[in-house]
Amino acid sequence: MKHTISMTINGAPVTAEVDSRLLLVHFIRENLDLTGTHIGCDTSNCGACTILLDGKSIKSCTYLAVRADGAEITTIEGLAAEGTNHPLQQAFHDQHGLHCGFCTPGMIMRSVDLLKNNPNPTEEEIRWGISGNLCRCTGYNNIVKSVQQAAKEMQSESESV
Amino acid sequence: MIPANFTYHKASSVKEAIALAETHGDEAKYMSGGHSLLPMMKLRFATPEHIIDISKIEGLSYLKEEGDVLKIGALTTQTEMEHDSNIKEHYPIFSDAIKLTADPSVRNVGTIGGNIAHGDAANDQPALMLAMRATVVAEGTDGQKSIPIDEFFHGFYMTALGPSDVLVEIQVPKATKGSGGAYHKVERKVGDYATAGVAVYVTLDNDGVCSQIGIGLTNVSAVPMRLDRGEELLRGKKITDDLIEQVGAMAGEDCEPTSDLRGSEAYKRAIVNTITKRMIRLALERAQH
Repeated sequence: MKHTISMTINGAPVTAEVDSRLLLVHFIRENLDLTGTHIGCDTSNCGACTILLDGKSIKSCTYLAVRADGAEITTIEGLAAEGTNHPLQQAFHDQHGLHCGFCTPGMIMRSVDLLKNNPNPTEEEIRWGISGNLCRCTGYNNIVKSVQQAAKEMQSESESV
Repeated sequence: MIPANFTYHKASSVKEAIALAETHGDEAKYMSGGHSLLPMMKLRFATPEHIIDISKIEGLSYLKEEGDVLKIGALTTQTEMEHDSNIKEHYPIFSDAIKLTADPSVRNVGTIGGNIAHGDAANDQPALMLAMRATVVAEGTDGQKSIPIDEFFHGFYMTALGPSDVLVEIQVPKATKGSGGAYHKVERKVGDYATAGVAVYVTLDNDGVCSQIGIGLTNVSAVPMRLDRGEELLRGKKITDDLIEQVGAMAGEDCEPTSDLRGSEAYKRAIVNTITKRMIRLALERAQH
């Protein structure tokens, strides 16, 4: 059965016909060609497919596209305003928070939600905060440093406003 | 992995959900967060022909104290409960459990009601609800009914909910001076199901005597399990180190774990023994503050 769904993706309105069983991650990657959102484990363990749905991080491999009707979605492609890196993107670059990069989009989208709810997290809170995102290269240390740098940056930004 | 074909229906009220379930009978399943059901569908362990999405129903997401109970709306997400200031301050048993349940992105979607309605002894909330002697409120074709938690879990993925019943609310005792709870589970890695878990909720009278205690066990039996023998031993007594040792041993004996990838039966019994003792001590400490 087909359903007509409408949502906002990275600020742009999208309307599409989808099957009941289409997963949101396939809709994003295959229907919208936004391939920055990755499929890793496909079982909601690894977090490579993490996106923001109405501002909250979710695993898009375990969410039906039809349920996202009316939602506001942000993927990694929608994070950078006008071509400037988001502080998290810049921090992952500066701190070498990646090796192969496969987990990075999910790691960054998850960290956006983390820092929104907890702008000044401790190292332990960061490690718990990204516990649903697996990285098989870095050993996480530089990822944690990246989130710490971004937290500092974003706090000073919000203070200067 | 893509689930088998099904037809999606969105319910905008509990009544509409019940009507849809009545129309589609045994082939329909309710979905709230979907973080237990959808993975099963992707693996084709479950192939419902109709999915009735209840997650968009307004007014079923709340945490409010009324009289002597805390009312938990069934669609309250794990994250909403985790961030609730009253929960953080007065219901540490929930904070203990939620931190160890899956991971933050899953908790953004997964609901407290779904965690219970799924009827899986591996989920964390059932043990807490047993310990706290919760009441489950369900709505069906003939209106609302209250189901004591001890009558709720019937078997592997089977509960007291009829095919068209919607779990709408869970009620647990309001936190009072003299009561305290604690939960811990051993997991192989962050976000895993429990190798074994234990929830304890204790109420002390003014003399420090245990007037009521609940002990619930996670993932060491086919059905979420209450440690009756241990509760009986402690009720009406001042809880001493010696009694705690005895209850730990009982927990290790009475649980019904099976050997699997998470560990051998003997290992799980040993874990249950140890965590039971620790959680009784922690619950007591919290009850005394």
